[in-house]
Amino acid sequence: MSNEATLHSQQEVMHGAHDHHDHEHHHEDNFISKYVFSLDHKMIAKQFLITGIIWAIIGAFFSVVFRLQLGFPDATFPWLESILGHWAKGGRITPEAYYALVTMHGTILVFFVLTAGLSGTFSNLLIPLQVGARDMASPFMNCLSYWFFFLASLVMMASLFVQTGPASGGWTMYPPLSALGDASIGSKIGVDLWLISMALFVVSQLLGGLNYISTLLNMRTKGMSMTKMPLTIWSFFFTAVLGVLSFPVLLSGFILLLMDRHAGTSFYLSDIFIAGKALANEGGSAILYQHLFWFLGHPEVYIIILPAMGMVSEVLAVSSRKPIFGYLAMIGSLFAICILAFLVWAHHMFVTGLNPFLGAFFVLLTLLIAVPSAIKVFNWLTTIWKGNIRFTPASLFSIGFVSTFISGGLTGIWLGNSSIDIHLHDTYFVIAHFHIVMGVSAFFGMFAGIYHWFPKMYGRFMNNTIGYIHFWVTLVGAYLIFWPMHYEGMAGMPRRYFDYSSWTSFNQFGGLNQFISIVVILVFATQLLFVFNFFYSIFKGRKLTEQNPWKATSLEWTTPINPGHGNWPGEIPEVHRWAYDYSKDGRDFIPQTEPIGPNESAH
Amino acid sequence: MHTMSIQRKKIHPHKYSLWIAMGSITMMFIGFTSAYVVKRSQANWLAFELPHIFWLSTAVILLSSLTIHLALKQFRERNMQRYKQLITLTAVLGVAFAACQWIGFSQLKNSGLPLSGPVSASFIYVIVGVHMLHVLGGVVALLIMFARAYRTRIRTYSPVPIEVAATYWHFVDVLWIYLLIFLSIAR
Repeated sequence: MSNEATLHSQQEVMHGAHDHHDHEHHHEDNFISKYVFSLDHKMIAKQFLITGIIWAIIGAFFSVVFRLQLGFPDATFPWLESILGHWAKGGRITPEAYYALVTMHGTILVFFVLTAGLSGTFSNLLIPLQVGARDMASPFMNCLSYWFFFLASLVMMASLFVQTGPASGGWTMYPPLSALGDASIGSKIGVDLWLISMALFVVSQLLGGLNYISTLLNMRTKGMSMTKMPLTIWSFFFTAVLGVLSFPVLLSGFILLLMDRHAGTSFYLSDIFIAGKALANEGGSAILYQHLFWFLGHPEVYIIILPAMGMVSEVLAVSSRKPIFGYLAMIGSLFAICILAFLVWAHHMFVTGLNPFLGAFFVLLTLLIAVPSAIKVFNWLTTIWKGNIRFTPASLFSIGFVSTFISGGLTGIWLGNSSIDIHLHDTYFVIAHFHIVMGVSAFFGMFAGIYHWFPKMYGRFMNNTIGYIHFWVTLVGAYLIFWPMHYEGMAGMPRRYFDYSSWTSFNQFGGLNQFISIVVILVFATQLLFVFNFFYSIFKGRKLTEQNPWKATSLEWTTPINPGHGNWPGEIPEVHRWAYDYSKDGRDFIPQTEPIGPNESAH
Repeated sequence: MHTMSIQRKKIHPHKYSLWIAMGSITMMFIGFTSAYVVKRSQANWLAFELPHIFWLSTAVILLSSLTIHLALKQFRERNMQRYKQLITLTAVLGVAFAACQWIGFSQLKNSGLPLSGPVSASFIYVIVGVHMLHVLGGVVALLIMFARAYRTRIRTYSPVPIEVAATYWHFVDVLWIYLLIFLSIAR
């Protein structure tokens, strides 16, 4: 028994006990316990990733379908009828199908891909590996977290196939449209399934978040003080805190919405006429829902972007062979973003009749977010400044992340001002802003993470050539798609419209919309190339021959090439230094496990 | 053949997770109660008295906090017979609490304030109902613990599960007192 073990051995956790001792003895893992109901955080991470990839293909495909309508409003595509049936009679999607597609595109990408697929994958994979833990605090809860996500996925998937179609009131599900089944065809059972699915999703996120926080605060290896943790771990920590505190509020909003739909309550409903008939509901407020929704909804965008920031910080340091610039400032700015995230929700509601006096405070707090964001951008740029950069696909995607985060973030300053927002609200300017800063950036962070940690996940590399093609087409494509939308938005072109052709002032954008739609198809095809590369490389990729292919300092590269459940055979290594000792004292890199030398000072 | 060392941890992971979970549940009720505050400041707010039985249910849940505290003490002293009695009593009191709340609902309904009535009443049903579900979740945990105490083949000496259950139980108790004070003051 090691010193560490005798010092810290306590009453064993029930399911932990069998895993921790002599793992090599127990290779009775059968298919079900290894691949399906796995308790190993690495396998659960892969389950989240692959489920996320499947959802991403579906969600992105939906955008291709509605972009076809927006780019070619007069054309017909008979193949659409063969897959969508009566939703695309004669090869042209119906207005109802269009609304269902945009709603599902938003829901799937925001929640199922960029929340579960992104932080679900990398928090699970990296937290135990980088802090030096055998597994999560509760592997069982972790397994449960994935299966709740899977159930949520099943319900959401089922809602795509019901007769009246999935929810179609926009991904924000604002009442009264979403609260009244008679209001539209997309407000019938589709909304119930949406709410049930999202409730399951919230449970999954809470189970995951509890585990991430208690693992990284409580189970770090010897010597791994909080300020020796890689920035990835710090970002996952703040992500989990945001999720744990804001998802329950969303759930309470959903519960009230479900009551309004089925129990006859009037939390959100008042003075409504449907088809000339007055409803009995009285005294409710639709704005109340918006408060509850955006109290989650705003932190949600940081839940999406913080993990990407953390992974980009890590990848940029590794690939430019330099310590991260301003480590403590990076943590401080993550913390500031985390606090501010809870104080700015009403900037989504400037045009709801919000008191302008109150609005001024939300403008101020919103603009304050520019400070920590600028600190982060400055630190990324100074990290790669004069670095000996290795342009791997992971590092290219990280640099691309910095680019899109800047160009998408700057338009946030416009929208954060309530007076400008009144003009730009619900136009394509907003679409352009959040797709670049949150959609594309988060995807770039996720791609960087996948290319960088693929060797750790599968013991093989992904194909670099396809990776480079994937990067350049995606970067150029993303700008070609979303940049023109700024102009459309400034001209006042509203979002969520099915057909602009009867609206002469926007006819000038007909050609531009066609162009955007064509680029969307090309970029979508390139993502399929990435998916091919991913799955092909799992089985046929170039094999990893060394433990530490990127010459990185952090702990995950001290595990065997294909680590078993428990991660390290024998002792968990002890940590002596921070994770960013690159190009120090004439050495390319010094692993975290190496003690500080006599002539050396800690960072 | 390598031997893996035991995981290093400062606090038992289940206890740690429970504390974070309690924070999370608190946020949910903060969501409900702040929605209540927002709604209350708007027009058409109907104020009414809470059902009196809610005071009885408060006494019941306070008593159950005491019994689970004693149960934990008996478990630590390995008085398994007393432990089983006390844990059963706690579960019974939990169900009694839920029953009281249910009676409160029907009193509300009979006084002309159904679920689909004024918003102020609907809030009572939802807030009290969701809290009741959390108490019943605790009852299920206690029943599992009760079944475990009867196992003869595997004996548990770890006080962790009962400590976790007791902390949760005190938490739903405190949560109820907060809700009661909130709902009586902010009418």
